[in-house]
Amino acid sequence: MSSGFSSKGGVVVAEFEAPEVAILRSLVELVLGLVEPGETGDDPLERALGIGAGEAPSDPVLARLFPSAYDDTGDAAEFRRYTEATLRDGKRADARTMLDTARPGRTELTPEQAQAWLRALNDVRLTLGVRLEVTEEVHEEIATMSEDDPRYPAYVTYDWLTYLQDTLVRALW
Amino acid sequence: MVNVGSTAPIAVERPSSDVRPDLPWVTIVWNDPVNLMSYVTYVFQTVFGYTREKAEKLMLDVHHKGKAVVSSGTREEMERDVQILHSYGLWATVQPDSVK
Repeated sequence: MSSGFSSKGGVVVAEFEAPEVAILRSLVELVLGLVEPGETGDDPLERALGIGAGEAPSDPVLARLFPSAYDDTGDAAEFRRYTEATLRDGKRADARTMLDTARPGRTELTPEQAQAWLRALNDVRLTLGVRLEVTEEVHEEIATMSEDDPRYPAYVTYDWLTYLQDTLVRALW
Repeated sequence: MVNVGSTAPIAVERPSSDVRPDLPWVTIVWNDPVNLMSYVTYVFQTVFGYTREKAEKLMLDVHHKGKAVVSSGTREEMERDVQILHSYGLWATVQPDSVK
């Protein structure tokens, strides 16, 4: 299994096996499927300015990826109208960078690509974490989980992504 | 800090002479079970230009107390901070400093 990211002469590198890349790609594509391009309505001015709808998403994953910035519903909707389309486009761009650069064997990332991976990996972990309803004790839970547990493969994948993200942070520090 | 991305750092761009007596809005980051402690620390360093020590203290406040004020300033500045924190997947909100 991949030993994660490391920094060699200022370049962030990782070695991935083909099945690992396949898992990463399918999870990033899952996020891309959820995070649709920013919707900005029909008004040409609103489209040009990236102004979209103000309602909070009902899907718990999307609600976590696009949190409300204010307690007050009106303020939250106003903020969302002006920022969510940009945020969606940013998350999609990060996901695409990951898809474009993840390959079996040696993966080398520029500083910008490493930032995109960091955010995209986090979006994948947030997506899985919300779906699996993980708690802060997830690591201990996996350690004691039976391999026959139907949740086991997803939890092990989540744990691997956590490890991967942690090595990326440490490679960038 | 090895690397600051294209989005960083915001806080250091603000003039240090800008010492308004009261900065009435704050950005709050809330605890959640997914975000890694190392990642949250790194994001605070990258986004705000904080030292690792300060970023770690804020991260631990979020972890132990459930939330922490991570920046203060004008409403517009706080909204920009929240937008960047959301791009990193942190659960961040804006509020007037008076609300506890």
